[in-house]
Amino acid sequence: MKKFLLILLLIAAFLFSFAIGRYAISLPQLWSILYGHYFGSGAETNLETVVFNIRLPRIFAAMLVGAALSTAGAAYQGMFKNPLVSPDILGASAGAGFGACLAIYYSQSGFVIQLSAFLFGFVAVLLAYLINIKLDYDPTVGLVLSGILISTLFSSGTGALKYFADANDKLPAITFWLMGSLSSVDKGDLFSALIPITLGFIPLFLVRWRLNVLAFGEDEARTLGINTNRLRLIVVLSSTLVTAASVSISGMVGWIGLVIPHLARAIVGPNYRTLLPVTFILGAIYLLLVDDLARCLGSVEVPLGILTSLIGVPFFILIFKNNVRGWK
Amino acid sequence: MLEIKNVSYSYGKSEILHEISFKVEKGELMCVLGPNGCGKTTLLKNILGLLTPSAGSVLIDGDEVQKLSQKKLAQVMGYIPQAHTPPFPFKVFDVVLMGRTAYLSSLAIPNKKDEEIAQEALAKLNITHLKDSIYTKISGGERQLVLIARALAQQPKILIMDEPTSSLDFGKQTIVLEHVRLLARKGISILMVTHDPGHALFCADKVVTLKKGRLLELGIPQDVISEDSMRAMYNTEVKIDRMQLPDGRIICVCVAVPKPTGI
Repeated sequence: MKKFLLILLLIAAFLFSFAIGRYAISLPQLWSILYGHYFGSGAETNLETVVFNIRLPRIFAAMLVGAALSTAGAAYQGMFKNPLVSPDILGASAGAGFGACLAIYYSQSGFVIQLSAFLFGFVAVLLAYLINIKLDYDPTVGLVLSGILISTLFSSGTGALKYFADANDKLPAITFWLMGSLSSVDKGDLFSALIPITLGFIPLFLVRWRLNVLAFGEDEARTLGINTNRLRLIVVLSSTLVTAASVSISGMVGWIGLVIPHLARAIVGPNYRTLLPVTFILGAIYLLLVDDLARCLGSVEVPLGILTSLIGVPFFILIFKNNVRGWK
Repeated sequence: MLEIKNVSYSYGKSEILHEISFKVEKGELMCVLGPNGCGKTTLLKNILGLLTPSAGSVLIDGDEVQKLSQKKLAQVMGYIPQAHTPPFPFKVFDVVLMGRTAYLSSLAIPNKKDEEIAQEALAKLNITHLKDSIYTKISGGERQLVLIARALAQQPKILIMDEPTSSLDFGKQTIVLEHVRLLARKGISILMVTHDPGHALFCADKVVTLKKGRLLELGIPQDVISEDSMRAMYNTEVKIDRMQLPDGRIICVCVAVPKPTGI
């Protein structure tokens, strides 16, 4: 029932996001544009261009990134037995940020920036994973520790690039990218991110029951019949695919991966069987609406990352206060 | 059934367990008794396959534990840890259902049959009324029973318990112990680590005592737990007395009577 309502809400948010923007489009207008596009004469109107080349990719990107970061966050919170973990804990965002800045620094095209962000995000997590094996400390705490080390490393790399970047054009581009935005997402970006994100989603959804067991800790999960090393590797790989690909098209969009899983937990409880799909839908709705705000708030776009933090922090305090029972 | 064969375990240069050997037969309740730091927990981890012995082996029906997959192992051996709080407020029923993990194909979620088995496990321990409660909000004693139910949902032949009564109040301790005793009567082999000789006397068929990683004695509780042996293990004076329960069982009680020093 709750899931059904959420899906309705998602559809409503989807239609709503279509309608608002610099070019306001009413629902009947939207219908005639859609009808015209698929069954009409083929002559593109201005509105049709707005809908199909600008608004639609952006709406899909917002839903995809929102769902991706939230789902990865929820999976990590279970795996690390810690409700305060977000999907970039292992360095995916810091790595992706560095990768993007590097590409911008060398004046590469949008596609290369995206690719470089994705690859560096992935490499960062891989390094954290390998360092953890080398450290041979606690399998989860050690992973967080190596994640922090790697994040710091890549952040200072980003800092260095900013320092050396041309203050007239490169530095603003880097800064803007790091603040996060979906304003330049086109169909091509969307499709190239869709593949790794889908590849990450599938395993996460398949192992979601096992995430429950992992929340009880290493020893118990093993005695309940789980190959914990393999499961952890699956979760880390999938979450990283999802996170790095998202960050590569959206830039740094913080707080979703932390806030949305909590909101979902407050609604349906902690069982990953339902928690994961609900987190997915809520994440999509949330970022879609926040991105609508980013588009419509002023005459100039407000960077998405700023808004998600601005809204996310008070939102988090609110949920956390009502939800904190039983966590300690 | 469960055989511990010359198990030694070293961590770095220090030897924590030294050539421990004993067997637990079908339906037998075996208590492991020993002071803090005697290697009880390390022994359990070796038996559970969480650690690998430096020498010797742990066998279940002749199969070496360390060579079985986690999944196979979980189908024959259940582990009941000390009651603790997980980071998320799961429902009691979901916690018990997790006992079915070892029977799921690797990507599935539990089905109707698994839910029935979890339901039966709750019923066996008389805690069906807790089904929809939040695991993190029930009492310590109830949590311990839920963990036992979860292990029963694994339908194991062997149960391994790590001081299941350690965080419980006086009354709850005996309720949990009585459940444990009845489980053994139903044919499950149980190995229970305890810090209280009284618990071993109350429910165990056999006792092994450990000190500094070495097995001291092995036998029925009334023989092994004597005033002399307890004094040697815990370095304190102990009185042991017999008493008859209303159901006719005669049990021994063991009380520490330390000699005051320096007064």
